Amino acid sequence: MVFTAMRKGFAANLPVAVSVLAYGSILGVLAAQKGITWLDLLVMNLSVFAGAAQFVMVDMWTPPLPVLEITLAVLAINIRYVLIAASLQPIFHGSSRLRKCLMMHLVADENWAITMAEYRKGPVSTYFLFGGGLCILFAWCSGTLAGHRLGAVVQKPEAYGLDFVFVAIFTGLLTSLWRGKKDLAPWLVAAGSAMLANWMLPGKWYIVIGGIAGGLVPLIHHPTGKPAAGGRSS
Amino acid sequence: MMETVSGPSVYLTIGLAAGVTYLLRIGGLMLAGRFPNSGRIKHFMDALPGTVLISLIAPGIASAGLCGGIGALMTATCAYRTGNLLLSMLAGVIPVAAMRYFGLAPG
Repeated sequence: MVFTAMRKGFAANLPVAVSVLAYGSILGVLAAQKGITWLDLLVMNLSVFAGAAQFVMVDMWTPPLPVLEITLAVLAINIRYVLIAASLQPIFHGSSRLRKCLMMHLVADENWAITMAEYRKGPVSTYFLFGGGLCILFAWCSGTLAGHRLGAVVQKPEAYGLDFVFVAIFTGLLTSLWRGKKDLAPWLVAAGSAMLANWMLPGKWYIVIGGIAGGLVPLIHHPTGKPAAGGRSS
Repeated sequence: MMETVSGPSVYLTIGLAAGVTYLLRIGGLMLAGRFPNSGRIKHFMDALPGTVLISLIAPGIASAGLCGGIGALMTATCAYRTGNLLLSMLAGVIPVAAMRYFGLAPG
């Protein structure tokens, strides 16, 4: 059962893993240019495991290391994980603390979104999420190390639309999360707030701001907190 | 030969970045577990996956311009009709790549 769920999660993440690999190779090239050893890069991959944050870390990697600035930048970029992790609560309901502590490390945007889409179709195991995390970790490590040792797998990913793979995958998953007309207003508010915040603020604050702003919209329609018709119970 | 960084500051930096990231991941889950799964909080939490995901991609679609809008629309339509993620991804990525190849879109 455990192995089946993990394998399913791993397989479900394979399409997006291709672009994770390609972008990893670019990070590997940049890291090599900065004189970061492949071992340090591997340590970073395994311990931080957050793509956008690692790009910023490598970008800021100049002697003497601005330790505090890098830490704050990572905080600003990864703050979205608070919301992402919070939304995983129903899936982890009833899990032991140890399992939560071990599995949460391998939560990335990709396997989170794929797991949430799966959850809308029916019950989903935490091992599905974890298997997906292993797939992304494997692609990320292979890509970065290949880029570091051999050069970029793809020189200019944009030319092949590989930057759009992330957008397309997440758009596809978004349609699975559609709960009907009641989502229209929250989603429009979320998208609008995110674009405005992205224009006004640095880092990835736009994800948090858009997510919260959109999430607050249903409260206008249900100020008493009465359950809405068709709402998913968990 | 450029100056490279080595020594304890490397591991301090990686360690702090890893620690902060892990605390955000585990903190969000622990925090959500403390809230009651009912009423207004439930409405907020139930809306969250969709609103976070759309916030994640909206600026990316906007920055890809008209070609991004077309690609996203193709993907969404295909995903809605077929439910096949790989096919839907290709339905969005191929037009974007083609438009860029023929110089019809910035890339």
